[in-house]
Amino acid sequence: MAFAKKSDTTKVPMTARSIDVSSEISGPSQIIPKAEAWPDRRGQVLTGSQIIWECLLRESVDVVFGYPGGAIMPLYDAMLEFPIHHVLVRHEQGGSHMADGYARASGRVGVCFGTSGPGATNLVTGIATAMLDSIPMVAITGQVHAHLLGSDAFQEVDITGVTLPITKHNYLVTNVDDIAPTLREAFYIARSGRPGPVLVDICKNAQQDKGVFLWDDGPVSLPGYRPSYIPRPRELDQALALINSAKKPVILAGQGIIRSNASDKLLEFAEATGIPVALTLLGLGAFPASHPQNLGMMGMHGEAWVNNAIQESDLLIAVGMRFDDRVTGKLATYAPYAKKIHIELDPSEINKNVKVDVPIIGDVRTVLATLTPHCTKADRGPWVARINASKGDSAVRDIQTLPDSGKLYAAHVIHDLWRATEGNALVVTDVGQHQMWEAQYYKHETPRSLLTSGGLGTMGFALPAAIGARFARPDADVWVVVGDGGFQMTACELSTLAQEDKKVNVAIINNGFLGMVRQWQQFFYGGRYVATPIRSPDFVKLAEAHGLEGRRVTMRSEVIETVLWAKSRPGTVVIDFRVEQEDAVYPMVPAGADLHDMIRRDSPKATTVSGAPAAHNPIFETGEDE
Amino acid sequence: MTTPTRKHILRTFVVFVEDRPGVLNRAASLFRRRGYNIESLNVGQTHVPGVSRMTVVVEADEDTARRIEANLYKLVNVLEVQEITHASRIERELALIKVKAPPERRAELIQIAEVFRARIVDMSTDSMIFELSGSHDHIAGLAQVLGEFGIEEMVQTGSVAMSRGAAPPMTHLGRRPADLQ
Ligand SMILES: Cc1ncc(C[n+]2csc(CCOP(=O)(O)OP(=O)(O)O)c2C)c(N)n1
Repeated sequence: MAFAKKSDTTKVPMTARSIDVSSEISGPSQIIPKAEAWPDRRGQVLTGSQIIWECLLRESVDVVFGYPGGAIMPLYDAMLEFPIHHVLVRHEQGGSHMADGYARASGRVGVCFGTSGPGATNLVTGIATAMLDSIPMVAITGQVHAHLLGSDAFQEVDITGVTLPITKHNYLVTNVDDIAPTLREAFYIARSGRPGPVLVDICKNAQQDKGVFLWDDGPVSLPGYRPSYIPRPRELDQALALINSAKKPVILAGQGIIRSNASDKLLEFAEATGIPVALTLLGLGAFPASHPQNLGMMGMHGEAWVNNAIQESDLLIAVGMRFDDRVTGKLATYAPYAKKIHIELDPSEINKNVKVDVPIIGDVRTVLATLTPHCTKADRGPWVARINASKGDSAVRDIQTLPDSGKLYAAHVIHDLWRATEGNALVVTDVGQHQMWEAQYYKHETPRSLLTSGGLGTMGFALPAAIGARFARPDADVWVVVGDGGFQMTACELSTLAQEDKKVNVAIINNGFLGMVRQWQQFFYGGRYVATPIRSPDFVKLAEAHGLEGRRVTMRSEVIETVLWAKSRPGTVVIDFRVEQEDAVYPMVPAGADLHDMIRRDSPKATTVSGAPAAHNPIFETGEDE
Repeated sequence: MTTPTRKHILRTFVVFVEDRPGVLNRAASLFRRRGYNIESLNVGQTHVPGVSRMTVVVEADEDTARRIEANLYKLVNVLEVQEITHASRIERELALIKVKAPPERRAELIQIAEVFRARIVDMSTDSMIFELSGSHDHIAGLAQVLGEFGIEEMVQTGSVAMSRGAAPPMTHLGRRPADLQ
């Protein structure tokens, strides 16, 4: 018993835990230098709009992504006085994804603006995306005058009602005096504990009226808010006993590692115990891909050896992940021989999908740091050898050994992108097949080097999120990996990039289909390709129409040189990779199937699964058409 | 195979919340969204200004109950959650039942009121209003007996509940709602 005192055996209800106050009193992240030089205007009479900007400065905001309109015009009118950069987006959804991408890339709170009514509803998809992936974001919307609330006034939408289930918390501010305390709470809630989006809807009169700017630098007082918990000694002891005696353990590492900046602690824990590490999609980068104990991604499109290892294991140590259905497959047959330890900040995740033996509720960084010194390095040799032996038949090798038939496979593109960027790119993916190929073939060594919409799976995420990431990490080599379908959902943000004169590199994995849906149709709907063939504009010309550069790639031999060319260009570059139209992501665990029940690639040479009809896609323009 | 934790039973939660606009909406939205089956929900003031008290009766197994509690705690305005299902407690609903009461049957009805410890709070030429506070079953029993006379109207609250004896300690934050100003 390393942690519990002898007497500590009483059963305490799960939520009756002591609260970790350390994170509660930590104030906003460091004030940015610009704001330090800014005059202290506390105590002065300002307009509500000025107060909003003052608050943003004090919360270290350096960029906001927004779109103006009637109900938020006072806020915009006050903007020019303040040293915060505003990015004019082309659609508010893009603004919310930019704020999200900014937050994912930096760990700071991303901020977006929209006007009332349609401006606010356009933010909804981005807010939900941030909610499902626990991303710290503050969305500020204008609202009609307080005296018009509830009257169906022009552009009035009850956006706090609309976003109630997709925000961590939200506020309607009707009075200028409430602006500063509300924004302070909003930022605090967004970033503390399990992060999430907070929406603040501010009536036009509150923006226009004058009030005294009051700002309290002390701890935020929210009597009902519990951002974090201290793990119980008894549970730490139980976990240690399981860890030190397990013969076939696997660590399941999720995004919580990245949110809690715990990658170094995970590495120490894994190396101290010799336990192999499997990652969730959002966890990629939390543990170096090149590390010998890294198994890779688990779940629906995880490699066979990863999923098999999970199914055979005798102990799962889940860290900062939530047993999503895309990760577990059928729950009844999930890891049947394994005891389960769940290290998680949010008590409501415990036993939600998978019943666990030992829950440890607390910050994963703290918990790992606490456990590691007490772990003994057991001999996991036979176990690791067994997993390594099954690596022989790998999807990676399948595709790598394909003879160069002149055809271009998405896997080639990603693999070569990885090589040409030396694994150092900050990759932002969209949703679909290309997302899974990216996860399989781009080897991420560091946290925050892959940004992707996991929980909501939002097509259209990649380009705007990459723009946000670009603002957060000016020196990063930012690459968008996106399908021809998803790209067209938010392609208008190319115009934002052009206006801002910012560079991201866009790799469109163009297969002429809504590929992932087509794959499901191929596997599960008798090969009937309904509403999945998609015609696209000439993406090269589209880039050029925005004053940007573009190229088309149809052969594997051109991939690396084109990636290097893109890197060498000063501005945004769009590359249209014309890939095999009917390739599928392997392996695949069908939704709801046993995790070990995978559809595998037929033979290295096959391009479609046998039995699937060859699809005819008359409207797709191949590279040769031109 | 039914283990004790898998058993779905009616559970009673007492939830202290900050008295802010939209709080009821947030709680109700949580129950709806997560598919928790609300049997009844009551909100009202407490003796502490700014603090309201909800009594929520939900059908749930043990694991679900723990998650209901944890999810309620994720609402920023929720101060304290107590599950008092297994505590010794007082739990009451209130019903008003208007029943047909022709003069010749009034004596009979008055007797019924006595048996059920209900009160007759209004009487007109041909109807009476019964008031009864009690458990769900108690009220259902009265309603059934009165059914034979012909019920004209009936209204019933959800349950309100309180554990017996000393108030349970509010462990979270080491702060009781009473400390709130
Ligand atoms: C906004 C949105 N609508 C629909 C879907 C459903 N969906 C998931 S993947 C996919 C196909 C994506 O096609 P594409 O962008 O071309 O990428 P590919 O799968 O071909 O790589 C669709 C339609 C989604 N995830 N998001």
